[in-house]
Amino acid sequence: MRKAVAHRFGDHVAVAVADLRPGEGVEVAFLDGSPPVRLEAREAVPLGHKIALTDVAEGEVVREYGEPIGRATRPIPAGAHVHTHNLRSLRWDFGGRR
Amino acid sequence: MRLTGYRRPDGRVGVRNHVVVLPVDDLSNRAAEGVAALIPGVVALPHPYGRLQFGEDLELTFRTLSGHGANPNVYGAVVIGIEPKWTERVAGEIARTGKPVEAFSIEGYGDLRTIERASRAAYRLMQEASELEREPVEVRELVLSIKCGESDPTLGLAGNPALGRVVDRLVDAGATVIFGETSELTGAEHLIAERCATPEVREAFLRTYRDYVAMIEAKGVDLLGSQPTEGNIRGGLTTIEEKALGNIQKTGTRPVRKVLRPAEPVGPGEGLVFMDSSSAAAEMITLAVAGGSVLHFFTTGQGNVVGHPLVPVIKISPNPKTCETMAEHVDVPLPDLLVGEIGLDEAASRILDIFERAVRGRLTAAELLGHKEFVLTRLYPSA
Repeated sequence: MRKAVAHRFGDHVAVAVADLRPGEGVEVAFLDGSPPVRLEAREAVPLGHKIALTDVAEGEVVREYGEPIGRATRPIPAGAHVHTHNLRSLRWDFGGRR
Repeated sequence: MRLTGYRRPDGRVGVRNHVVVLPVDDLSNRAAEGVAALIPGVVALPHPYGRLQFGEDLELTFRTLSGHGANPNVYGAVVIGIEPKWTERVAGEIARTGKPVEAFSIEGYGDLRTIERASRAAYRLMQEASELEREPVEVRELVLSIKCGESDPTLGLAGNPALGRVVDRLVDAGATVIFGETSELTGAEHLIAERCATPEVREAFLRTYRDYVAMIEAKGVDLLGSQPTEGNIRGGLTTIEEKALGNIQKTGTRPVRKVLRPAEPVGPGEGLVFMDSSSAAAEMITLAVAGGSVLHFFTTGQGNVVGHPLVPVIKISPNPKTCETMAEHVDVPLPDLLVGEIGLDEAASRILDIFERAVRGRLTAAELLGHKEFVLTRLYPSA
């Protein structure tokens, strides 16, 4: 059974559809019909939370739905939990960017 | 689909048959609630505002109040205000629909005599309403609305694409479907702009969105910590962009045909329309109902419990934990869609099945649990 689902081929993250345990092998399905991929969860990822599909460098723009959802604030290895500790919005930054 | 509803004097179609008591201002809540206590079944809509408002903020309050009286789910309305002028204004706006409206002001009478007079009016309206029979109605006669809340990424993956498919079907059948949540389009506003039917609609949409961002900027703050909410973050949503991209899945794929001001009235047959509105559940639903929505679809990840006093709210959740721990709030559980055991077509038919039954009178979870959130949007402080 699929344990994570990604929107599009090329996305950096997938969403866990079950609670993932550290070291667990995870099959990732793609909603756009791309062939599924397998990877290992490096840490616990709760249902609904994101898991990195590839290594992401610090500062890199992270994509989901084929669209930017923020910037990595530290290096994110494949299989890691992606959330507020390593990803930040590119918006709501009126002081910084504008 | 076999739908039934109530046809009003202006030709509009409702799916419920309420009699409302509308207080124009905070001071009149007590009298309105007194009427509802005396006459069972009457719905009072108490709220904390309506005094010393001015300009567009006042107009929005008037529009919201009269929009609730005018909503096709309402048979007739009793309007109560502290003084006659604003009371008559709200009542007069509702009377344009041709439905029965009676207005009462408290000054010169006091609460007790006002409650008696208004209760006698509510008594008559309730009895008349009770004789009205449902008749067959069509999807193209309905104005509907959509919103998600306590969102998490299970909505973007499953719940919202399923609702999006339903929205496409309803729009194709001629319904008007209202979506909104201006702040929650941030990061996906370009995708909505691309779907606007004409350059004029696109310009109106982008102007609305940019005005909103400028309003936040002018306050020298941002929405980090508010959008996404703490509940969203707990559920796995990290940024506003991610939330917005999930949010817009529920709007389906059809063109955006109109841009409405908050609580602006809209009739059936307009297709998919955007209403400038808060992303807070009760505020957005209240504005959509004021605009004429008679039924609301609400997808939830972590488990929002919102309802509305006049309009059935159909809750849809693909999150298996929420479907288990908050089952009494979920009308359409879709955990099997999340894990891929069913597809979007099956999920959409389940939603449409509950829609059809709710239109015909089946009580929704929010109705059964007595959720009657009625929350006015304010644009700025009172004088």
